[in-house]
Amino acid sequence: MTLANPGRRRLLIAGAVVGGGLLIGYGLRDRNRLTPPSGLTHGDHEFVLNGWIKIGVDGVVTIIVPNQEMGQGIYTALPMLAAEELDADWSLVRAEQASVDKIYGNYVILGDALPAKPEDHGAMATTLRWVGFKLGEGIGYVMTGGSSSVRSAWDPMRLAGASAREMLVATAAKRWAVDVAQCSTRAGRVTHAASGRSFGYGELASEAAQMTPPDHPRLKARQEYTLIGKPTPRLDVRAKVDGSAQFGIDVRLPNMLYAAVAQCPVIGGTVKSFDTAPIAKLPGFKAVVPIPHGVAVVADSYWRAKSALQQLPIVWDEGVNATLDSNAILARYAEELEHGKANVYHASGDVDAGLQQAAKVVEASYQVPFLAHATMEPMNCTALVKDGACEVWAPNQAPSIMRMIASRITGIASEHVTVHTPFLGGGFGRRAEFDFVIQAVTVAKAMPGVPVKVVWSREEDIQHDMYRPAVMAKFRAGLDTAGKPVAWFNRIVGASVTRSLMDRLLPWGGMDFPPDKTNAEGAADLPYAFPHQRVEHVLANTPVPVGFWRSVGHSYNAFFTESFIDELAIAAGQDPYNFRRTLLTDSPRHLKVLDTAATRAGWGTTLPAGRSRGIALHESFHTVVAQVAEISVSPSGEISVHRVVCAVDCGMAINPDTVAAQMESAIIFGLTAALYGEITFAKGRVEQSNFPSYDMLRLAQTPLIETHIVDSGAALGGVGEPGTPPIAPAVANAVFAATGKRLRKLPLRLA
Amino acid sequence: MFKLNINGDDKAVDVEPDTPLLWVLRDTLGLTGTKFGCGIAACGACTVHIDGQATRSCVMPVAALEGKRVTTIEALAGKELHPVQQAWIAHQVPQCGYCQSGMIMAVEAMLRQNPHPSDADIDATMTNICRCGTYPRVRQAIQALIAGEGAKS
Repeated sequence: MTLANPGRRRLLIAGAVVGGGLLIGYGLRDRNRLTPPSGLTHGDHEFVLNGWIKIGVDGVVTIIVPNQEMGQGIYTALPMLAAEELDADWSLVRAEQASVDKIYGNYVILGDALPAKPEDHGAMATTLRWVGFKLGEGIGYVMTGGSSSVRSAWDPMRLAGASAREMLVATAAKRWAVDVAQCSTRAGRVTHAASGRSFGYGELASEAAQMTPPDHPRLKARQEYTLIGKPTPRLDVRAKVDGSAQFGIDVRLPNMLYAAVAQCPVIGGTVKSFDTAPIAKLPGFKAVVPIPHGVAVVADSYWRAKSALQQLPIVWDEGVNATLDSNAILARYAEELEHGKANVYHASGDVDAGLQQAAKVVEASYQVPFLAHATMEPMNCTALVKDGACEVWAPNQAPSIMRMIASRITGIASEHVTVHTPFLGGGFGRRAEFDFVIQAVTVAKAMPGVPVKVVWSREEDIQHDMYRPAVMAKFRAGLDTAGKPVAWFNRIVGASVTRSLMDRLLPWGGMDFPPDKTNAEGAADLPYAFPHQRVEHVLANTPVPVGFWRSVGHSYNAFFTESFIDELAIAAGQDPYNFRRTLLTDSPRHLKVLDTAATRAGWGTTLPAGRSRGIALHESFHTVVAQVAEISVSPSGEISVHRVVCAVDCGMAINPDTVAAQMESAIIFGLTAALYGEITFAKGRVEQSNFPSYDMLRLAQTPLIETHIVDSGAALGGVGEPGTPPIAPAVANAVFAATGKRLRKLPLRLA
Repeated sequence: MFKLNINGDDKAVDVEPDTPLLWVLRDTLGLTGTKFGCGIAACGACTVHIDGQATRSCVMPVAALEGKRVTTIEALAGKELHPVQQAWIAHQVPQCGYCQSGMIMAVEAMLRQNPHPSDADIDATMTNICRCGTYPRVRQAIQALIAGEGAKS
């Protein structure tokens, strides 16, 4: 991102806290990062080689995973990195969730959010880094998001594996009284080839754990990899087919109580009063506990809690948002699109002059609605406050933040707060929020000594989300006489998710924040070459809480930019694929991805009658994705997507099978948004409530999806999110090819 | 007090008659493999078998279940995993995994009742929601099972 007005980047705190801990490693040398933290436990017959690897006498290798498993396959990808360097036997590798400790901090989310470039060593950038470091040191920043996990753990995971391997080799060499250089490792064994002797890692672990870690363990070169880059079965699949996988909602503790919650139906409203009398005698009823914006009814089973809650008379104070209406928000955005005060995110050349000189000017406006995350596992959290300590069991993406929140609510120092993170039944950014933790800890604090599990209904989940913002954008572009774009102007209007999160997280409301990078991500950093370009954003916050939703700003900016590029191709009388190619002469990586998708999809070949294709290309989270969608439109205007061909360049595919799975996942997630997704507000209330009114793609509507991995050797990119942004424009462009109608609003509706 | 037959065992549970089977399984009996997704039988995460029929347990009151046999994901496997579970592993279907108990129970019932469903049959029967979008692999695994390749891994 280029900030045209450096004076705006006053404080980085926003990005720093959301982002994670680029700078956590600032004062921690790599070797220090291997030191086992106090929170690392081990079994009686298990030995700690370093903070990331434990080995049992049975040879089982347990690898500590600092990220949370929400479906993206991180419990497999990260152990693969350590197991590769360790030369472990993959069938004996297990994954374990890390404790909240600095060595497990996520280094790179913050780096992605920084308005200062990493190579900037100026006073401002240095100050920002110091602030970020101090915050990181205080909070810890174990968190998952921004498709950053592999990039963050790439170095420490491999280093941990290599270090442990050298300790095991040194132990074996000492026992045999041979030189370490004569020993080799493979599949969980150290072998001395000359004498034919070998030890399993389990036989060496107790002694190896006593060794001093090597200063500079040797890391493999890429061509030596035997595991990284190979399709590898997930470590968590077995437990996920027999019902034994433990999700947050499955936590069961002795004497545990259950809570059902109701929050004010009007956004931001509160409870005026409630009357416990009518439910006090109901079976199993225990208490009503006020929580922010609502109440929790506690009983000895969830159904009893929910039944009692339904009978509890509650009078709401609807507060200041009782007239909030999403149509009014969009009407305001349409006004701001013309007259709002804009932050310039990217400027090159002279866009006004470029437009004046153009042979043809094309203009269009687009919009997307609010969206809910709708993870399959509804929000839930279990908490216990007892004897000056607090324990939290939460399916969450940011254990460091959850610990801070629990500490803040209970007044218990964070070292006495333990956060357990079971499997997440979906995350998509929703579980980086902490509202459900606030509720559970608030209830547990009111009922000390008793663990309480708070479970939301699906209706609460849909109606009390932190939504993907509704956004509008307009474009004005100029083409020369040959149809080549010479000027590109793009203005976006919407709320800042970073600001919204900061307002929830920190008591600093009202301070001046730097422009939120996510607002223009995927719009201000296009791969296409335009001589004159300006991309700007009008910050227009609303009372609607907004949050990080799979691919964040890219989720809408890709729809805007890749639809409008298509409009320019049509205006230029050119094929949309070839038109993009001519603009990518300086972006060979993008060109190769685009070509791969087009070639594999048979772009330009004849389709069966009634079928049409659309194409889109987008980079996000350092990964480039192109997709070709093949669609048909029924006489009644219903859009069916039959086939999606996806090409992805994520630098290096650690587990190619997971990369393919994540593309499938992200495409389907994006298709649900493109075809169905819309959250609306009337009288301050969300109008949708459950799956019939906030519907999801199902098997019958799912296209064939083919993923082709392009191995460019580029730096590592993420894979959890980058598949989502291109699908909506690919489908919209195909709808135009089929019908001649340009759909500029999501969800796509022809009728 | 209601007498239920859960996974072959007789159980007596002391709950209100309108309590859905889902919550009896999860909270009373500790069988947490069956999941809560929507509470209105719209998503299928809570699918179990009642007398062999795939049934969404979140709206099935316990009072309606006396004398019926309930089977949950925990009892699908015998000494070895059920072929559907094996196909799920072979095709690496699960991602977050939350919907998969219900998905697997729905597929098992479908194939038991119709070993050779058409694509249209599959589309009409498999209405479970998976937010991770594992549908392409669900379809591949079903097709492998139809072709008798389910146990191949």
